[in-house]
Amino acid sequence: MEIAQNILLTIATAATPLLIAAIGELIVERSGVLNLGVEGMMVIGAVCGFAAAILTGNAWIGVAAGIAGGALLSLLFGFLTLSLATNQVATGLSLTLLGIGLSGLIGEGFVGKAGVRLPTLDIPVLTDIPLVGRLIFGQDPIFYMSIALTAGVMWFLFRTRAGLTLRSIGDNHKSAHALGIPVIRYRYLAVMFGGACAGLAGAHLSIVYTPQWVENMTAGRGWIALALVVFGSWRPWRVLAGAYLFGAVTIGQLHAQALGFGIPSQLLSSLPYLATIVVLVLISRDRRLTTMNTPASLGQPFVPDR
Amino acid sequence: MNDVGATSSSPTLLKVEGISKTFGELKANDSVNLDIVPGEIHALLGENGAGKSTLVKMLFGSLQPDGGTIFWKDQPVVVTNPMQARALGIGMVFQHFSLFDALTTAENIALSLDEKIAISTIAERARALGDAYGLPLDPNSVVGDLSVGERQRIEIVRCLLQKPELIILDEPTSVLTPQEAEKLFETLFQLKSEGKSILYISHRLEEVQRICDRATVLRHGKVVAHCKPSEETPSSLASMMVGADVDAVERASKEGPEGDALLEIRDLNRAAASPFAVPLTAISLAVKAGEVIGIAGVAGNGQGELFEAISGEVLQKAAGEVRLRGSDVGRLGITQRRRSGAAFVPEERLGHGAAPTMKLSENLLLSRYRTDAKAFLGSLGVIRNGAITKATKRIVEEMDVRKSAEDPEAAALSGGNLQKFIIGRELDRKPAVLVVNQPTWGVDAGAAAKIRQALIELARSGSAVLVISQDLDELFEVSDAIAVMHNGKLSVPLPIAEATYEKIGLLMGGAEPGHASHGVELGAS
Repeated sequence: MEIAQNILLTIATAATPLLIAAIGELIVERSGVLNLGVEGMMVIGAVCGFAAAILTGNAWIGVAAGIAGGALLSLLFGFLTLSLATNQVATGLSLTLLGIGLSGLIGEGFVGKAGVRLPTLDIPVLTDIPLVGRLIFGQDPIFYMSIALTAGVMWFLFRTRAGLTLRSIGDNHKSAHALGIPVIRYRYLAVMFGGACAGLAGAHLSIVYTPQWVENMTAGRGWIALALVVFGSWRPWRVLAGAYLFGAVTIGQLHAQALGFGIPSQLLSSLPYLATIVVLVLISRDRRLTTMNTPASLGQPFVPDR
Repeated sequence: MNDVGATSSSPTLLKVEGISKTFGELKANDSVNLDIVPGEIHALLGENGAGKSTLVKMLFGSLQPDGGTIFWKDQPVVVTNPMQARALGIGMVFQHFSLFDALTTAENIALSLDEKIAISTIAERARALGDAYGLPLDPNSVVGDLSVGERQRIEIVRCLLQKPELIILDEPTSVLTPQEAEKLFETLFQLKSEGKSILYISHRLEEVQRICDRATVLRHGKVVAHCKPSEETPSSLASMMVGADVDAVERASKEGPEGDALLEIRDLNRAAASPFAVPLTAISLAVKAGEVIGIAGVAGNGQGELFEAISGEVLQKAAGEVRLRGSDVGRLGITQRRRSGAAFVPEERLGHGAAPTMKLSENLLLSRYRTDAKAFLGSLGVIRNGAITKATKRIVEEMDVRKSAEDPEAAALSGGNLQKFIIGRELDRKPAVLVVNQPTWGVDAGAAAKIRQALIELARSGSAVLVISQDLDELFEVSDAIAVMHNGKLSVPLPIAEATYEKIGLLMGGAEPGHASHGVELGAS
């Protein structure tokens, strides 16, 4: 049974960065902005987090640096798409390319160095409860942050006036502007929240998941996070379910490889991506489901008339 | 200064002095003056593009004036945003509703209230206020599922909840049935009797004469007249608005024997394309050579869906659901339908009727290189520029399209001129069947008359013309018979001699078609 707990723990660790990045992007998309640069912001968060942790010897400073790195890069995206009204898809794609290149440059001197790991929670007695102790009371702090973040975003979106305003902007930015809602300001804040989340998700990879720096270490997780937002049809708890499903698929294929199933490892590694495609196809078949939940002004540039 | 003294010595609630606004080269507002006293309904009259919307946007703080002063109760004010306007006591009901489809009625109302009140309280207040003014609404309904009339009620209730002293209504009746408009007027009179002022924007003259105390007329951004509508005639108001007499559209009566049915729709059905769209149910209609059939209806009752089905943007399940000149085309695409002699003008000019960033000549080629390949393409598909330029020129002259350059981009033309070009482009093919959706939406009176005349002439030359429009005046002007679309169903066409605004209005509001056919029998007997 100890094996089962270990498997569940690894699933949670694999799912956490997906969940955090996806929840951040969910807020961005709910405000009507499509930021395809999640992968780039994540990898910048990973390298900034890793470097700051090594240089200061403090993993928490690393986490903060990861968040700051992601937020800073998203600010560039915000400036281009919100203030200059550039095409969001093209800008987001270039943000990913920029992030990957820049992280390689920053991380050049850190390749192969041993990183600083964020300690897991250890509460005497509670953590030692058999079967579930480590699962509930013995994980890394970012895991708990990810759960709190999901609950917080849910509460914000559906229980607060600011959340209602954010949703209204995503639904129709022209109407929102006509009512005097500061569309651009809300979107800047949403974009930076998304960037901070992507940065945190990246820092989780390089400080908790595998405390080392490898170029391009996000390995497509940013894209999965983007797909998860659609998968969860812009609902936080569905995104959480999706993140754990994909975490399980990722871990499952590792175990399958270890057990030596007669399936080529390349095919197994591609499972999460294939699953993304299958899920997207299934979801987009139900048009009512997608259109009811899709922020209607998603991806459209907004230029207020003056 | 006490309140009584302030009101007796200064009767104006809002006064605008010399306000101006320039967009690029265009002077949208040029030294506009306006004053509104408490308890009056004041009309702001003008054609599309005269600057009415620009003026009220400045009053509501969505736009900033370049010059001039706004006085609110004799104090100069600078309205920097809508929140501030609401705080002053100015409320606005928008023409293109500023509602959010995916949110509930109560949530929509909450978004425009600046105080932070619980949604449940807002829902109660909205319901109570709606009942008091004869504007019933359900706070928990999702706006996307509601009709246009219901949406407008939400807008008005939302505005009244802010307890405004001045209510601005931007073209409120353009989306209503005549009966719904009557109800709106009752609400307005009730508000007026309570001492509230209303700025009523419209280009419908009968309405303005009936309900407005005073009027300010705008033309090309300038105030051309202040008047009392009750002392004017519709034609004197119209000539103030347009600056010249508008040619009346002449509809020669149909002559000769009944023509063949060139466009036939037989039991056409279509599932709803999106959660907020209407399904089409058992639609049948025949348009004969030589006649114009009009389709009336409040926006969003399936007219757009019907247009897409006829034009071939959406294919039918059975080939026989749409027939052109006697052959089944239900399974054929838009190009093949065009090749069999039909022409289509969609509602949306930019992006659907024309590619905005392409030149007029390129737009002409785009829509016709498949149907008139011989005229415009040489051997091996090489474009014959000479022929295209000549055809573009011909259309521009024929339809009197006014443009700033030799061959401008479509987006550089004003809405009316682009619409004239698009209609001209289709007429140039001399189509046997023409289907038009909203032919003169947002087009100035002169251009509208030109377009309507062209539609009638095409029909009289032996073509079948189907006009879908929300503008009842237009339909009565051009049609030989009018059918009404309601909730995805189409009524039997009413011959124009028997059609009245009242009958059509009832059908638009969803009265049973049987009721109307009863009326037809009465009219015929």
